[in-house]
Amino acid sequence: MATRAIATGEIRGADKARSFVRKLRSGDEAAHIATLTCAAAILLTTGLLVFELYKSSALTRHEFGWAFLWQRVWDPVSGDFGALPFLFGTVVTSLVSLAIAVPLGLGAAIFLAELAPPRISDALTFVIELLAAVPSVIYGLLGVFVLVPIMRDTVNPALEKALGFLPLFGGPSYGVGVLTASVVLAVMILPFIVSVSRESLLSVPRDQREAALALGATRWEATWKVVVPYAKLGIIGSVFLALARALGETMAVTMVIGNDPKIASSLLAPGYSIAAVIANEFTEATSDLHLSALIELGLVLFALTVVINGVARLMILGATRRGSAQ
Amino acid sequence: MILRKITNAVMFMLTGLCALATISVLFFILGYLVYYGARSLNWAFLTQLPKPAGEAGGGMANAIAGTAKLLLLTALMGVPIGFVAGVYLSEYGRGAFAFAVRYAADLLNGVPSIVIGIFAYALAVVPLGHFSAFAGGVALSIMVIPITIRTTEQFLRAVPQSLREGALALGASKSRTIATVVIPAAMRGILTGTILAVARVAGETAPLLFTAFSNTYWSHGWLEPIASLPVMIFNYAISPYDDWHRQAWAAGLVLLALMLAANIAARMILSPKAGRA
Amino acid sequence: MRIPAVAVLGVSLLFASGAVAQGLINGAGATFPYPIYSKWFSEYHKLHSGVQFNYQAIGSGGGIRQLQTGTVDFGASDQPVQDDQLARFKMRPLHFPTVLGGVVPVYNVPAVPGELKFTPKAIAGIYLGTIRKWNDPEIARANPGVKLPASDIVPIHRSDGSGTTFIWTDFLSKTDPEWKSRVGSGTSVNWPAGLGAKGNEGVAGMVKQTPNSFGYVELIYAIQNNMPYGSVRNAAGVFVKASLASVTAAAAGVKMPADFRVSITNAPGKDAYPIASFTWLLIPSHFQDAARKRAITDFLDWMLGPGQGMAESLYYAPLPKQVVELERKAISTIQ
Repeated sequence: MATRAIATGEIRGADKARSFVRKLRSGDEAAHIATLTCAAAILLTTGLLVFELYKSSALTRHEFGWAFLWQRVWDPVSGDFGALPFLFGTVVTSLVSLAIAVPLGLGAAIFLAELAPPRISDALTFVIELLAAVPSVIYGLLGVFVLVPIMRDTVNPALEKALGFLPLFGGPSYGVGVLTASVVLAVMILPFIVSVSRESLLSVPRDQREAALALGATRWEATWKVVVPYAKLGIIGSVFLALARALGETMAVTMVIGNDPKIASSLLAPGYSIAAVIANEFTEATSDLHLSALIELGLVLFALTVVINGVARLMILGATRRGSAQ
Repeated sequence: MILRKITNAVMFMLTGLCALATISVLFFILGYLVYYGARSLNWAFLTQLPKPAGEAGGGMANAIAGTAKLLLLTALMGVPIGFVAGVYLSEYGRGAFAFAVRYAADLLNGVPSIVIGIFAYALAVVPLGHFSAFAGGVALSIMVIPITIRTTEQFLRAVPQSLREGALALGASKSRTIATVVIPAAMRGILTGTILAVARVAGETAPLLFTAFSNTYWSHGWLEPIASLPVMIFNYAISPYDDWHRQAWAAGLVLLALMLAANIAARMILSPKAGRA
Repeated sequence: MRIPAVAVLGVSLLFASGAVAQGLINGAGATFPYPIYSKWFSEYHKLHSGVQFNYQAIGSGGGIRQLQTGTVDFGASDQPVQDDQLARFKMRPLHFPTVLGGVVPVYNVPAVPGELKFTPKAIAGIYLGTIRKWNDPEIARANPGVKLPASDIVPIHRSDGSGTTFIWTDFLSKTDPEWKSRVGSGTSVNWPAGLGAKGNEGVAGMVKQTPNSFGYVELIYAIQNNMPYGSVRNAAGVFVKASLASVTAAAAGVKMPADFRVSITNAPGKDAYPIASFTWLLIPSHFQDAARKRAITDFLDWMLGPGQGMAESLYYAPLPKQVVELERKAISTIQ
């Protein structure tokens, strides 16, 4: 639009009007408005979503205030609602899944980026990214029929025997539980970590590696001490991305976590997550307070993901500002 | 020195094991689904309606059609909005407003699918007064929009500025440039991204639980509740009936086949222009 | 460009499938009667092909809630809608009992394949977490001669809002004072112990797969899945196993109120099964759509006639005759 104006010389009243009509006829304004409207629609939708969550949770917000976040009881009969067991379950399963997936994923990413020949690396990455395409309900299906029996009959008893003196692995175990849910989540977030970390590692400039090797480092030392730190922010970004995914995961978790709103010190015990309780109780919350409590839980989860995403973005922003890879 | 060399070998072997483990998981999942699913996948499954609880037989024909219908709704409602908004962000957007839109799209992308279900319930179920395929489509559209925006913007931005300037220099208006030069240049990537986005929401269960609900019969039009593969898998998997378990595996296989087909198709569309790092 | 063509194709496909079927009636609610309801709706559809009843078993709580918000045409619940819940309905729903059923204690103790007897105190203790092991004295006392293992009990309960839970906890509240004060009764309670599963199917599934577990399901779920279920001591002190006869005995002599809301747990009589209950269809008292009203009233009529005959094969007890009479009169009050 500016090019035209400059090309036609000075812009005066009549010229301005003529160029506006020209723009209209050529569809420029229409296109601008149309695209603007769609973009604004996104803004509106997100705003509406937050507003809706906020408004519909008013009952419990007024009733409990901030205490909702650290109350432990969830009792629809007496009207006592607290978010702590669900926050606990959500956070613990996500963190444990990260503890499992990050080393595994980073290791795989390093292998794919540094060691594997490019074509094999591409092919294998494609295969791993297919994991991300598997719907979560299928993970749930496999979790229920395959993982739970394995955990119940093999893994949990072994853990109990070996590490049962630690409260972390104590107590009766059922197959379903926090650890099982964490394992399922770990498998689900693995492709994200592998894929994004690999991209970060690949985008580290070659001269960094070559400089390290020239100084006498082994390939591993060059990788671990030079390349990985260089790609650090991208890798951490992938971790946060994975974390955000794990926090909101519903179906696979509710099928294997045991659905028990208790806070236990053992990973082998059953638990509950925010997304799982909403899925189980939303269509049937018979009292308005119950429904409001569930929606407030949704609001809490939403706030949590906003914070995590915000931190991830800041890190990536910091990376680009500092001029390092990503 | 020897220690360093040994460390080198060992560490890389470990990373190789990590990669192997990750790949094995996928093959394990695929293998399980193919083995159990293929055994129960038969013509009856693909063409019949579900039978009452406890009775053997029946199928998920309505759920397969249901998923297809919901995806069609998503493609018609969510994809265009995401696409056009992506065009805005890439071609027109500057300043605070564009930043806000990008942030909002990112936010929407991070919203857990169950919360989107709550939102879609308030938006499309309560006003209409009943569950419907339309409400399910709304929920899935909301999920597909952020992904579509990001893909569209990403691939449009990748189009070299010289293409745009060339068109403008030849006298085309901005909108004409975008429509006839920029978008076609990015089309392959956008198409890929869109196929992947729609495939991803095809597997979503949570938002459908309180919008599309489910249906033991065929769903007509867009205002009736509708069965879908993910919801059926969920309901059947947690039941005690062995026959339903078998059908859940078969449905899982069908769903996975759909995902994989979409992914492979998308990659194949994109690969001739392989411009990877 | 190819895209407009695809869009046109898509839209026309949508419109092609746009013909709305006459007579799709949506309902949601209890999983307790799901086997008989799904059979009824399937059989009724064979007789009246123009009418389709789409019933989704999401739990009694869900049935009540969705009927309240008006997103379904009818509901189903094993718990009669309480007064405070009724106040929230724009239009008061009518309760129509459909069948009688029993909630049975199911268990999966590999060492004990046979039948076990349970006192109310034992059941309450298991879910309160005070009775932890299978060889606890309270259970052992009721089962002399049975070698109970020293394993931990895994209690399983419902994670969704359930009428079956209501029947179960109603019974426990009536028989165990500690339960009544600590937990109470309802479709969703604050369980002191145990794992949650969704629906009667979910509980049955989980008990089946978890060794040493204990749960509660409607009778048909235990039978259809070949699961052992125990007998419970009733108000007269006799250990009774759920059956058509014992469930019917629980309803014998009950004074049915005009709105059909009644609880028959812990019924008197030495043959009565103590954890039995009616289950109800919740029908709006007023319909705007005459066709819909006719479809539903016709179905109710059929349900009270030929439908009742199908109940026994699925181990639900048919309604007592006088209840059927009262209901036929009540159908005419639907507008």
